[in-house]
Amino acid sequence: MSGRTALRHRLAERGIDRQLLLLAPAAAFVAVLFIYPFLYGVGLSLQPARGGPLGAYRQFFADPYQRDTVLTTLGLALPAALLNVAASVPIAYRMRGHRSGWRSRGKRLLTTVLVVPITLGTVLTAQGLLNFLGPTGWFNRILLATGLVDAPLRLTNNYWGVFFSLVITGFPFAFLLVLSYLSGIDPTLERAAATLGAGGAQRFRRITLPLLAPGLATTFCLTFVLAFSVFPSAVLVGDPAGQTRVISIAAYDAAYVRYDYPMAAAIAVIMGVVELAVIAAVLGWRSLLYTGSTSGGKG
Amino acid sequence: MSFDKLRLDGVTRRFAGRPGLVDLTLTIERGEFIALLGPSGCGKSTALNCLAGLLPLSVGSIWADDTRLDTLPPERRGFGMVFQNYALFPHMSVRRNIAFGLQMRRLPRAEVRRRTDEAITLVQLEEHAAKLPGQLSGGQQQRVAIARAVVLEPALVLMDEPLSNLDAKLRLEMRTELRRLHQSLGLTTVYVTHDQEEALSLADRLVVLRDGRVQQIGTPEQLHTRPANRHVADFMGYRNLLPLTVTEKVGDRVVLARGDLRLIGTAVAPVDLGDEVTVGIRPEDLRLVDADAIPATVEVVEYQGREVAVEARTADGVRLHLRTPDRPAPGHKIHVAADPDRVLAFPTDDGAGG
Repeated sequence: MSGRTALRHRLAERGIDRQLLLLAPAAAFVAVLFIYPFLYGVGLSLQPARGGPLGAYRQFFADPYQRDTVLTTLGLALPAALLNVAASVPIAYRMRGHRSGWRSRGKRLLTTVLVVPITLGTVLTAQGLLNFLGPTGWFNRILLATGLVDAPLRLTNNYWGVFFSLVITGFPFAFLLVLSYLSGIDPTLERAAATLGAGGAQRFRRITLPLLAPGLATTFCLTFVLAFSVFPSAVLVGDPAGQTRVISIAAYDAAYVRYDYPMAAAIAVIMGVVELAVIAAVLGWRSLLYTGSTSGGKG
Repeated sequence: MSFDKLRLDGVTRRFAGRPGLVDLTLTIERGEFIALLGPSGCGKSTALNCLAGLLPLSVGSIWADDTRLDTLPPERRGFGMVFQNYALFPHMSVRRNIAFGLQMRRLPRAEVRRRTDEAITLVQLEEHAAKLPGQLSGGQQQRVAIARAVVLEPALVLMDEPLSNLDAKLRLEMRTELRRLHQSLGLTTVYVTHDQEEALSLADRLVVLRDGRVQQIGTPEQLHTRPANRHVADFMGYRNLLPLTVTEKVGDRVVLARGDLRLIGTAVAPVDLGDEVTVGIRPEDLRLVDADAIPATVEVVEYQGREVAVEARTADGVRLHLRTPDRPAPGHKIHVAADPDRVLAFPTDDGAGG
């Protein structure tokens, strides 16, 4: 009897007790909806019609038309994620604080405007982009009318169309995340730095930025993953056969045009590996940073 | 920004139309230790933030001798500040926290190092210099915050309830430490607190605030023995505040009574016969006597070491607080008396005026 009690105590001290059962539904959910399809996909990718277990992978990397989709997608997703994070920081920095008064109302309105694109969805965004940035869109008409250009700028159905679309849909996520990371930083820290003689730029660079950097790394990872799996906008406002033939289009072609499921599964696995590599690199850098408390002490 | 006299002239700060601090006029001499004292929401922290430059003034001005200060941003005032939550930079070691201000002044590396070392020694944190603030105890964090503020040898050190997060024992130790630092470094200090005992023991002069308005400015002794009104009295530990009527008057000596309660006291401000006044008496100024005084019944006795705190009730139901080395038991009949000089009668209608 006493032996059993002692074992239960020892387990509880390591966090193993009956409350752990509460995890069971979530664990089952993950197993059914993630782990099983993932393992199934990996298995499928290793059973191509010809070329042995690694045939699909070999075929993907041997064909430049397929292989280059990785670089094309990275070329879109990395700059877009970087811009989303970089643009969020100064705007969120100006918007933090001020919980009451007319300033806060103005800021709430601006936040709403900045975040609305989340609710639009990619298709509506694409339509808006075509209307606005297309060859006969307002933007080009204004440029032509003011004589700034002689011929319409080509800003849709190429790299830039997809890039703009990724920024419009990705920015709100990055902005909301950065804003919440920023509001978690104790505002008295910057005030303390000010009384110690630090001007605005130094306060940002020496105090806020180092405390925000881990949050920026996480934000970058999330917006990067969103951008990396771009599909609708690459088709609608991009050039899906050439400049913006992203990796998800390659997977789609394999699965639903050529019905080559092992190849499609292999591409999905490659997508996952590339994403993981980027995230691992960013999180590796993040682990070098200070990631502890962002408050200035007790109280 | 060194000075001989720092002058606050009609300093007023409103928050969305609501007054946070009204018309604070005060001259601080170099080397003084000033305590801003009052209950929470009285405007004392507002005053401190206005001095530091962290809050702009609505009206008024601040002058260091003949230089106007209130238009300068905090980073150009050169005042040290110790924040209530210490506001230590969590990603920097103790050493880098303390060196931060010196680096902002672009001092030579060797000087930064020397002065940082001195400050670390001053607050006895040599063994902890390489640690992050999160690895320190509350008292150690407190000392880092002080070292960081004084390492710049600022003309004025501002402290916002720096001891309020410490436990009772440490608070007493740090209090002595603060006063010692103030004297040995020749600092000028403005110290915000809601703890009257802390303010009395530390400060050369106290400024008592209530609802954003100055109630009284004076030395600890002046405030202790002669509070200007019943609010200051209440705050300075006059726990007995009795509503009585003036029945006789000779000079500033008055006889105060209600029912069978009768006391001889001193009028702090002019009062007339028949006026309703608030009579303030400290618990330690009430004595137990044998007879011929206010009769009361002991209700609660709290042990406080050398003395006990007694709560007693008169026949009319007036509650009295007193401290006595005698040990009356609950239910005992006692007689209570007080020296007329220690019984202060305040006009009841003095409102928020000071």
